[in-house]
Amino acid sequence: MPAVSKGDGMRGLAVFISDIRNCKSKEAEIKRINKELANIRSKFKGDKALDGYSKKKYVCKLLFIFLLGHDIDFGHMEAVNLLSSNKYTEKQIGYLFISVLVNSNSELIRLINNAIKNDLSSRNPTFMCLALHCIANVGSREMAEAFASEIPRILVAGDTMDSVKQSAALCLLRLYKTSPDLVLMGEWTSRVVHLLNDQHMGVVTAAISLITCLSQKNPDEFKTCVSLAVSRLSRIVSSASTDLQDYTYYFVPAPWLSCKLLRLLQCYPPPEDGAVKGRLVECLETILNKAQEPPKSKKVQHSNAKNAILFEAISLIIHYDSEPNLLVRACNQLGQFLQHRETNLRYLALESMCTLASSEFSHEAVKTHIETVINALKTERDVSVRQRAADLLYAMCDRSNAKQIVAEMLSYLETADYSIREEMVLKVAILAEKYAVDYSWYVDTILNLIRIAGDYVSEEVWYRVIQIVINRDDVQGYAAKTVFEALQAPACHENMVKVGGYILGEFGNLIAGDPRSSPLVQFNLLHSKFHLCSVPTRALLLSAYIKFINLFPETKATIQEVLRCDSQIRNSDVELQQRAVEYLKLSSIASTDVLATVLEEMPPFPERESSILAKLKKKKGPGAVSVTELDDSKREAGELNGGADRGPDTASTPSPSADLLGIRSAAPVGAAQTNAGSLLVDVFSDSGPAAPSAAVNDDGFLRFVCKNNGVLFENQLLQIGIKSEYRQNLGRMYLFYGNKTSVQFASFSTTVSCPGELQLNVQSKPVEPLVEGGAQIQQVLNIECITDFCDAPLLNIKFSRYGGALQNLTLKLPVTINKFFQPTEMSSSDFFQRWKQLSQPQQEAQKIFKANHSMDTEVLKAKLLGLGTALLDNVDPNPENYVCAGVIQTKGQQIGCLLRLEPNAQAQMYRLTLRCSKDTVSKRLCELLAQQF
Amino acid sequence: MLGTTGKTRLAKWYMQFDDDEKQKLIEEVHAVVTVRDAKHTNFVEFRNFKIIYRRYAGLYFCICVDVTDNNLAYLEGIHNFVEVLNEYFHNVCELDLVFNFYKVYTVVDEMFLAGEIRETSQTKVLKQLLMLQSLE
Repeated sequence: MPAVSKGDGMRGLAVFISDIRNCKSKEAEIKRINKELANIRSKFKGDKALDGYSKKKYVCKLLFIFLLGHDIDFGHMEAVNLLSSNKYTEKQIGYLFISVLVNSNSELIRLINNAIKNDLSSRNPTFMCLALHCIANVGSREMAEAFASEIPRILVAGDTMDSVKQSAALCLLRLYKTSPDLVLMGEWTSRVVHLLNDQHMGVVTAAISLITCLSQKNPDEFKTCVSLAVSRLSRIVSSASTDLQDYTYYFVPAPWLSCKLLRLLQCYPPPEDGAVKGRLVECLETILNKAQEPPKSKKVQHSNAKNAILFEAISLIIHYDSEPNLLVRACNQLGQFLQHRETNLRYLALESMCTLASSEFSHEAVKTHIETVINALKTERDVSVRQRAADLLYAMCDRSNAKQIVAEMLSYLETADYSIREEMVLKVAILAEKYAVDYSWYVDTILNLIRIAGDYVSEEVWYRVIQIVINRDDVQGYAAKTVFEALQAPACHENMVKVGGYILGEFGNLIAGDPRSSPLVQFNLLHSKFHLCSVPTRALLLSAYIKFINLFPETKATIQEVLRCDSQIRNSDVELQQRAVEYLKLSSIASTDVLATVLEEMPPFPERESSILAKLKKKKGPGAVSVTELDDSKREAGELNGGADRGPDTASTPSPSADLLGIRSAAPVGAAQTNAGSLLVDVFSDSGPAAPSAAVNDDGFLRFVCKNNGVLFENQLLQIGIKSEYRQNLGRMYLFYGNKTSVQFASFSTTVSCPGELQLNVQSKPVEPLVEGGAQIQQVLNIECITDFCDAPLLNIKFSRYGGALQNLTLKLPVTINKFFQPTEMSSSDFFQRWKQLSQPQQEAQKIFKANHSMDTEVLKAKLLGLGTALLDNVDPNPENYVCAGVIQTKGQQIGCLLRLEPNAQAQMYRLTLRCSKDTVSKRLCELLAQQF
Repeated sequence: MLGTTGKTRLAKWYMQFDDDEKQKLIEEVHAVVTVRDAKHTNFVEFRNFKIIYRRYAGLYFCICVDVTDNNLAYLEGIHNFVEVLNEYFHNVCELDLVFNFYKVYTVVDEMFLAGEIRETSQTKVLKQLLMLQSLE
């Protein structure tokens, strides 16, 4: 066979490449290249028309220079010229240059497409293939537009050469992948399926990739391919190793085609036709049998090719999941590979067995290999193999072997690669929870996790252990004792402090009888860690301290002392300072009864899917955790939460949502923690208990006329909190979307629309499309008041759960004209002077209405201050009345407003009068305020 | 095809990337693959894909495929390709690939197209390549 010699055909190119290779430095190389570029440029610009050969040579040099990593900004036109050459070698270089250096220069694209069109209709198979390869390599939208209808015709035409068919099939596949909308199904589709019967195995090999892709998208239209694929496979599998000649690879008949056929079958359920199914099962059995035969060659190529088919067959068997006999045989075969000397095979066997473990038919068979897999976890040199072993242990775990597997995984964690620690931690946490029979084992396991790999224990993991301890009263004493012991370690992880703080705060009393863990000992132990902890942990500890005061009155003095010291009560962190101040105040003024109510033990958490599982799923991507596992975990989570013996949870459960503290603080501490906080906030809140959930979307709106922060909306799924601040005519609103479920929200999107666009300008950035279960995301709106307005902006929220129906929700955003008030202080005489100035009838708006809320002076004052105006004392001659003044700031103007509210306590009525420099504002304010009192 | 020193001998792309992204990907692949030794598998996870690779003297042949694709089939796909190169260039060495880079692209297109296997028969591919070789 004649060999290709160095750079034959183009001497100049070979010389140039040699020169480049001989360059001693980067500079020399650049110099040589620049010289060449100058030369080529002058040739292209020269008067003398270049012959095809020279053009080819220079274009090829340019291509070489580009591939070395240098920019090329000319020569495209010469390359396009080469496309219309009649010589193969020139055309080939032209097409190669275009494929590698294509850009979206519209002028050139037209010329290129024209050349391709000519070649496609040339009936010269070599040229047709070049053109098809160019389309397949570039795969641009423009090319799809030009050729998507032409290529199917070439593919199924009776007189098309085999090699052209191969290229056309894959070219069409590329266009279908980039522009599926442009490749229209038609009568060609049924003819494409019949290419599975083509005599030429190369045509079948290429066509089957196209058919597989199309079948995935349009299974019904292509379902006839199943029987064709089975018979083709059957012919290959039953052929002798020499029958297929050209397509036999190291004594294995058509390995790639076999794999592709088996893969195509995985797009469909098992064949319904008994004969077809029988034939297929026979094929699969033959493939399994062949794996047991002595090899026909010692070469690795032989065994790889054979095993490629075997693994694909096993994938199909698992996909069908209906033939127990085949499943168990597959498992046994993989079991042999687990101890094979080839690392590749051990790896693939572990990977494949992982899916077998989820089938009820083969789960038990997989479990028999536990010792081998544990050994792999300990001894494999390649981290990716160890990773697969860990995956498999996780997949094969059930109640019977959970303790062993969890113990092995824990001990592996001590030395595990950093890259897989977090995932291992999640897996251990899930298994421990899922298969816990006695909860002391569960608590031990999680605390061990924190001890061994504290850095990798995510919030979800320690939240979960707390949820479970709260919900299971049989384990609370044990948990308190264990965590108390764990905290004795001189260096313990911050996550341990968090769990310790929380659990002792709730259940420290259960171990307080022992003098070694008396209340003060517990407190001192916790407090000894305080100074080494981050702010959120300290905040949690402060809450634990106030709980201690309630649990153990004898610690009150000590703890108050701690709270009172400057490092707490004047802490520069606003959250810590607030907690210290509030807790100190609470402990001094509240009676024991109030304290006991406020700091009551946490009620059980509502049943929910483990958030850890959700996290693992996210890490592994969709599909990594099988559906059965999901259902399992739900069921198990139900048991764990003790749903049966405690009954469904009642309204007394504080929703983790009425959580003003979380909203106010920049970095919300854990959900469990803020729960405790929310109770406290209610006590201090001057606006009464946290807003009830809004049934009507406007409801939330009106509650915010006189306040800026709180919960705007809440239902079973979603909670929306807002926090807003206004200055002059500008405002900023923080929206907090909390996913109350344990399931991810997908396609989460929000849009804000302003009914009067010229009045308000609201800017926002899109939110993340995924909101994990239990997570909260934040969105910032920047608001500008252009001119006065009546209609509030609307917030539309869309998202879906489980990929199901789209949830669609529209809320009125509480942006009202009064938000742009600047308070104005003035004397009595000034007030009445201005009041008289605003005496035109349309400037005044008045309403007399019945009181809907408390007429208590302090409540009224708070509301009027919340309105944004200045509340003026000693102005109105009648001390029962209230008067206020303020200026509304819009972009264009300032609108002065005066307000007078006259309560009549006996009649339970109010008269409200507004006078503003702009009549529309008087009316609007009057409407808004009439609903507030 | 990556040299041990980091030189790229040939790269074919079956998805759209801009030039910077391509360069970054090549560097990442190089970093991931070259640290592995002979006792390791020929597969390595890479972003949301996996790389199937095999080393021949100073050259790594790497294919990036979907995680669900058949590892061994692609591993042998690489070897099949290398055997064709070896036959076509008569005991191929790295230099052949440098001087004849434009022909190597043709070999790739004959065997792999649109990211799929187009032709597996060495006899058929070589016959076609020699036919093309004879054309002007």
